[in-house]
Amino acid sequence: MNKKMVCIVCPRGCNMEVEYKDLNKIIVSGNHCKRGKIYAESEIKDPKRIVPTTVVIKDALFDRLPVKTEKPIPKNLIFEVMKLINNVTVSAPVKVGDVIIENILDTGTNVVASKSVERVKFK
Amino acid sequence: MKNYNLVVIGAGPAGLAAAIEAKKSGVDSILIIERDCELGGILQQCIHNGFGLSYFKEELTGPEYAERFIDEAKDLNIEIMMDTMVLEMTASKELVLSGPERGIVEIKARSIILAMGCRERTAGAIAVPGHRPAGVLTAGTAQKYINKQGLMVGKKIIILGSGDIGLIMARRMTLEGAEVEAVVEIMPYSGGLNRNIVQCLEDYDIPLMLSHSVTKIHGKNRVEGVTIQKVDENLIPIEGTETHFDCDTLLLSVGLIPENELSRQAEILIDGATKGMIVDETMQTSISGIFACGNVVHVHDLVDYVTEEGQRAGRAAAKYILGQREEINEPPYSTHAGNGIRYVVPQKINRNSKSETLYLFMRSKDVYKDAELSVKVDGLEILRKREDNMVPSEMIRLKLDKALIPTDGKEIIISVIQGDQL
Repeated sequence: MNKKMVCIVCPRGCNMEVEYKDLNKIIVSGNHCKRGKIYAESEIKDPKRIVPTTVVIKDALFDRLPVKTEKPIPKNLIFEVMKLINNVTVSAPVKVGDVIIENILDTGTNVVASKSVERVKFK
Repeated sequence: MKNYNLVVIGAGPAGLAAAIEAKKSGVDSILIIERDCELGGILQQCIHNGFGLSYFKEELTGPEYAERFIDEAKDLNIEIMMDTMVLEMTASKELVLSGPERGIVEIKARSIILAMGCRERTAGAIAVPGHRPAGVLTAGTAQKYINKQGLMVGKKIIILGSGDIGLIMARRMTLEGAEVEAVVEIMPYSGGLNRNIVQCLEDYDIPLMLSHSVTKIHGKNRVEGVTIQKVDENLIPIEGTETHFDCDTLLLSVGLIPENELSRQAEILIDGATKGMIVDETMQTSISGIFACGNVVHVHDLVDYVTEEGQRAGRAAAKYILGQREEINEPPYSTHAGNGIRYVVPQKINRNSKSETLYLFMRSKDVYKDAELSVKVDGLEILRKREDNMVPSEMIRLKLDKALIPTDGKEIIISVIQGDQL
């Protein structure tokens, strides 16, 4: 198999060529660093993405708290993960890195807060 | 009238980095003024990951990136006024501020750093024919509604313009359950980063229509659809290529403009190409003691470069305030965009100053593959550098050894060399 691929690891976005017959022998070219090869291999074997989104937050200045999956999760689980995250409501205060959902869908990855939010009392 | 050594206008990444750096360089009596009700600027609504890879060597979301600098500014006890707008600024560094807590306040600064950022171009700026129904909004406005307030702006979306905000919003709307029909781009190339085309469009099978534009918005009270047309090489819509798309929302990602109303008030010189202030390599503007950094100078694509620029401005302002700035009487070198280059920042480079490593920032006018950048001083080439892939959407950073510039030189011109000129 020959495949053209754009690396998404950094803003440089290297154009890569990926060649493989079986999954144990993946040859990557066009990448300017080793992260490109790691990305290309993972993209062929088991594509993963970090999912950044929000959850509802109470007692805060804004109504949404930004959250993210701590590590990339399998691409085909993104919408399922979104559904679970959208059912969550938290209350301020929250610290950046606080776990919002533990081990989401058994991926071994937590959903964590990506912002610290103080408690605000509205009159 | 209260006096400060340094007033920083804007608490986005540029302003925060500048204030922190000035404080660390030994300046006291620093004030940051922010018109929003929280610090961090636009980063707070950019909840996606991808920030900080070069500065922090890790991948952060916008709010995480902002929080690191907010925490540092607070730890350094830098005074911050929020909900406060600067109404007036003079060349003699007097400012009029307004905010709900203090009313109208006048202050004076020994030095000012301008870090007001930029604004999105709106529907008015691109003159799309049709009524003005609800459902036409800039991508950044939609981003704020969704990410901070939890308000959905529509269900069936067309995005005009393929800048990074447009691409990011295509994914964001999709994740929240909207259908993004297409991202429409008038140019034959995307205005955003390659990685965003992959992870925001291709991942979700959203078509990118290059060399196309929205030529009519349908609907009177609410957007009901748009007409999309192919454009020729002169960007003129081609007759007979009209396609109708049903949609209830049109998001615009059609460029950013540095926000320089205050700079103009103080009669600071503006560059017609960047729409930002003309600066030297220390980020000083045409007025001595007034510095500028970040998107108010030129629109960046990476926040890490904004941070570095802010730090440069902060160090330079500190030197100015502490009386350590080298006074140079001879006129500076001026930089110019030559063939294939749209702009160069800084526009002025001081002579004989023992400055930090010199970086020139620029954007190409078009897509150039396997080309070279040539730096000439008064016609004499002093540097040639290969650039495999130049695209207008990616800022080019060129390192220049100041020792290469002849002392009697005047004009530094940077051009693209390609094809048989190589």
